[in-house]
Amino acid sequence: MDYVIEMLNITKEFPGIKANDDVTLKVEKGEIHALLGENGAGKSTLMSVLFGLYQQEKGVIKVRGEEVNINNPNIANKYGIGMVHQHFKLVHNFTVTENIVLGMEPTRSFGRIDIARAAKKVKEISERYGLSVDPYAKIEDITVGMQQRVEILKMLYRDAEILIFDEPTAVLTPQEIEELMSIMKELVSEGKSIVLITHKLREIKMVADHCTVLRRGKYIGTVDVADTTEEQMAEMMVGREVSFEVEKGPSNPTDVILSIKDLKVKNSRGLYAVNGLNLDIKAGEVLCVAGIDGNGQSELIQAITGLTKVDSGKILFEGKDIEKESVRHRTLMGMGHIPEDRHKHGLVLEFSLEDNMALQSYFREPLSHNGILQPDAVRAYSDGLIEMFDIRSGQGSVTQVRSMSGGNQQKAIIAREVERSPKLLIAAQPTRGLDVGAIEYIHERLIAERDAGKAVLLMSLEMEEVLNVSDKIAVIYEGEIVGVVNADETNENELGLMMAGSKKGKVTTNE
Amino acid sequence: MNKFKGWLGNEKNHRFLIPLIAILLGFIVGSLVMIISGINPSKLFISLTRSVFGINLDKIGTGKSVFNPRYVGEYFVYCMPIVLTGLSVAFAFRTGLFNIGAEGQLMVGSFASILIGIMVPGPSFLILILMILGGGLAGAIWGFVPGYLKARFNVHEVVVTIMMNYTALYLTNYYYKQLPGSSNSKTIELDEGLTLKSEFLSSITNNSRLHWGFIIVIIAIIIFWFIIEKTTFGYELKAVGYNPHAARYAGMKVERNAALSMMIAGAYAGLGGVIIAIGTFGYGRVLPAAEGYGFDGIAVALVGGNTALGSLFGGLLFGSLKAAQPIMQSSGIPRDIAIIISSMIVLFVAMQNGIKLVLKHIGGAK
Repeated sequence: MDYVIEMLNITKEFPGIKANDDVTLKVEKGEIHALLGENGAGKSTLMSVLFGLYQQEKGVIKVRGEEVNINNPNIANKYGIGMVHQHFKLVHNFTVTENIVLGMEPTRSFGRIDIARAAKKVKEISERYGLSVDPYAKIEDITVGMQQRVEILKMLYRDAEILIFDEPTAVLTPQEIEELMSIMKELVSEGKSIVLITHKLREIKMVADHCTVLRRGKYIGTVDVADTTEEQMAEMMVGREVSFEVEKGPSNPTDVILSIKDLKVKNSRGLYAVNGLNLDIKAGEVLCVAGIDGNGQSELIQAITGLTKVDSGKILFEGKDIEKESVRHRTLMGMGHIPEDRHKHGLVLEFSLEDNMALQSYFREPLSHNGILQPDAVRAYSDGLIEMFDIRSGQGSVTQVRSMSGGNQQKAIIAREVERSPKLLIAAQPTRGLDVGAIEYIHERLIAERDAGKAVLLMSLEMEEVLNVSDKIAVIYEGEIVGVVNADETNENELGLMMAGSKKGKVTTNE
Repeated sequence: MNKFKGWLGNEKNHRFLIPLIAILLGFIVGSLVMIISGINPSKLFISLTRSVFGINLDKIGTGKSVFNPRYVGEYFVYCMPIVLTGLSVAFAFRTGLFNIGAEGQLMVGSFASILIGIMVPGPSFLILILMILGGGLAGAIWGFVPGYLKARFNVHEVVVTIMMNYTALYLTNYYYKQLPGSSNSKTIELDEGLTLKSEFLSSITNNSRLHWGFIIVIIAIIIFWFIIEKTTFGYELKAVGYNPHAARYAGMKVERNAALSMMIAGAYAGLGGVIIAIGTFGYGRVLPAAEGYGFDGIAVALVGGNTALGSLFGGLLFGSLKAAQPIMQSSGIPRDIAIIISSMIVLFVAMQNGIKLVLKHIGGAK
C-alpha cells in the first residue's frame, strides 16, 4: 500500500498532559482520511506536529515513504502539505488574487507586482477544480463559503498535494457544506490527498474513505468508513454508546410567553435584518428558529434580549411591552440567554469560573450586600452549579475560564442561565463547535427546561438539531418567518426548501 | 533546581516575576550604558541607596555621619504624586480605557486647591478639607469630559485626554496669574494652616519637604483596592474592561461605567495635584511645560500590573530613580542614566509576552 503520509507512534507531551500518546495515522494517496475525536482528543496537536508547529517527542513522520523532520511550516509546505485553517487567514480589503499570492507575489521588472499573471493562474486552478472563484473579488464582499475556497486555492496555488482541512464545515450553511464535499471529492479525484479533521459523523460518512479515531490523546483505531456505522464511530470517539435521538415526550404548551409583532430591526449596515417578523412562543414548548445563516436570526435574538435597538414593532413578554426595557430589566423579568458567541458575549474569559457564574446575579443578595461582593456566597453559588451541572475544570471555581474546554465553557453558561429558572430560555446555537457528548447533554437540558414548563427559544443552523430538539420549527428567511411547522410533521427536504425561500409553509401561528 | 524551574514556568508567579525581571534587566542595561560611557556603575547604586535610604556608602569609615534622613523624606515627596497618577492610569485601565490625561487632571487638581485656598475665607481646617476635595473634584471633572465623550459619541479617550492636557496647562497658567498677589511665575504663599506641610515630619527628616500628603496616598490606595476587589461596581468595571460585549450582555451599563471610571481616575490624578501644590510647595506655580507626572503614572501602572499595591511599588521604584537624579548629577553621573533605566524598565514590561515565553521554556514547556 502506498501511503503519502505516515505518522508512526507519535507522542507529544505538554506539561501535565500527553496530548498525543503513541498515535499512528496513515493516509493513502488520493483518499479522504477523516481524523475524528472530541474536543481535546489531540486532533489539532497531531496536525500541528505534521505541519511543523510542534515537534513530537517520540515517533516518526514519513512523507511518500521517506522519513522527514518537519520543524517549521515552511518545510511542511516544501513537502506539499497545506492546511485550511478553521479561522481563515485572509486580508479582508484585498482581492482574492492578492490574498492568494501573499508572500510569493509574482513580479515584473523593477519589482512591480504582476497581478494579471497571478489572476490568470488562480482562474485556471479555480476552473480545474470547479471552485468558481472570481480572482478579482474582494474578500469582504464574498460569502464565508467562498472565503474558504480562497483558502483552498491558496494551497493549490502553492502546489500542495496533501491538504489538511481543520473543521471546515463549522462556519458553512448546509448548501455550502454540500458544495465543499463535492469540491473535496473533485480534489482527490485529481490525485490530491485530504486529511479532514472533524467531529461530525455525517460528513465523514459522506466523503471519507478511512477514519482514524482519537480519544483523550490515545489512538483508538482506523476504520473503513463504508463498513462502519455512525453509531460505531461515535462509540469509538466517546468511549460509550451515544444516542443521537433526543429522548423526549410530547410537548405540553400552555400560555404564550413571548409574542413578537411586526418586528423590524436594522443590522450594522443599516439594512432591515428583521423585516416585519411575527412569532409566538408558548410555555412548555421548544420553538426553533431555523434558517440559513445571515437571514436575521442573530438580530432577532439580540432584539429580544435587548442587545440591539428595535426599529419598529412590538415584543411582548408575558403581555408586557419590553422593546424599550434595558437588558438588566429583561433578565430580571425572567429571560435567560445562551448567546450565539460564547466568547464574545457569554463569558469574560479573563475572569475565574466563579466570577463568570455570578455574571447575571452578582448584584443580588446573597452574592452581594449593599454593593459589596460576598466572596463566600459567590464561591458557594459557583461550587453548587459546578456540582449540579457537572462542569469540569482544572481547579474548580477559581479556574480561569479561558483555560477550560469549549464544552465546559458552554456548560458553565447554561448552568448560569438555567439556574435562574427563567420563564423564557433563549439558546442561540448552543452546541456550536461542541463534541457529541456535550451536545447530548445540552439537548437533554433544553428538553428538561421545556418539561419544567419553561418556554425555550432555540436558534440553530444544524438541521439535525433543529429536527431532533424542537417541537415547533419557525423558518426564517430574509428577516421574516416564512412558516411554522411541527417538528414531527416535517422533514429535512421541506425545511431546506423553506429556508431557501422557495416554498412557503403554512403559517400556523399557534393553531 | 527542577522545582525552581517549575516555579519560574508557573504562570501564577508571572504576575510579580515579570516586573521584577523587567526591573533587573532595566538596571543591567543602564549599567552597560554606564560601562560603555566609562562610568563606574557602582556609583549609580551608591546614589540610589543614598536617595532612598539616606545612607551615604562613600562616607562609611570616614567618621562623618553616614545617615541623612532628609533624603528619605525627599524620596517620599517624589514618590507620592506618581503613586497617585499611577493609580489614576491603573483605574482607567481596569475598565479598558487609556488615561493619558493624568497630567492635565493633576494640573487642574493643583489649581483648584490653590484657588480655594486663596479665595475662600473660613476656618483653616475646614478650608483645607475643601481644598483637598475640590482638587479631587476638579480632576474628576477633567476626567469626566473624555469619559462622557467616549460613552456618548465613542470619541477615543487618548485623543481627548492628550488635548485636555494642553488645555489644562495653559488654562491654569493663565488663571494662576490672575489670582490676587500672583507674580508671573507663582501665586502668593498659602498660610501654613492651609497646607499639608508638617513641622514634625520635616523635623524628623532633617528639614525635608515631607508632608501629610502620604495619608491621602494611603487612603487612595485602600479605596482603589476596595472598589476594584470588593464591590459590585469594581466587578462591573473589570467586566467592562475585559469584555464590554459580555458586560452589556449581562445588563451592565457599559458607557456609564466608562464615564465613571474616567471620573475616578481623574480624581486620583487631581489628588496628586493637590499634594504637589499644597504639600510640596504651598503655592501655585505657573509651569513652563508639563512636568511628566502623567507619563510617570503610565509607567507606574504598567509595572504595577494596574493593581493598587502594584502602583505603590511602581511609584516607589520610579520615585527612587527620580530622587536619585540630583545626587547622580552631583557625583558626576549624567542624570539621563536614571531616565534610560526608567525607560528600559517600561520597555521590558511591555515585552512581557516574550519574557513569559522564556520563563515557560525554562519551566519545561518545549
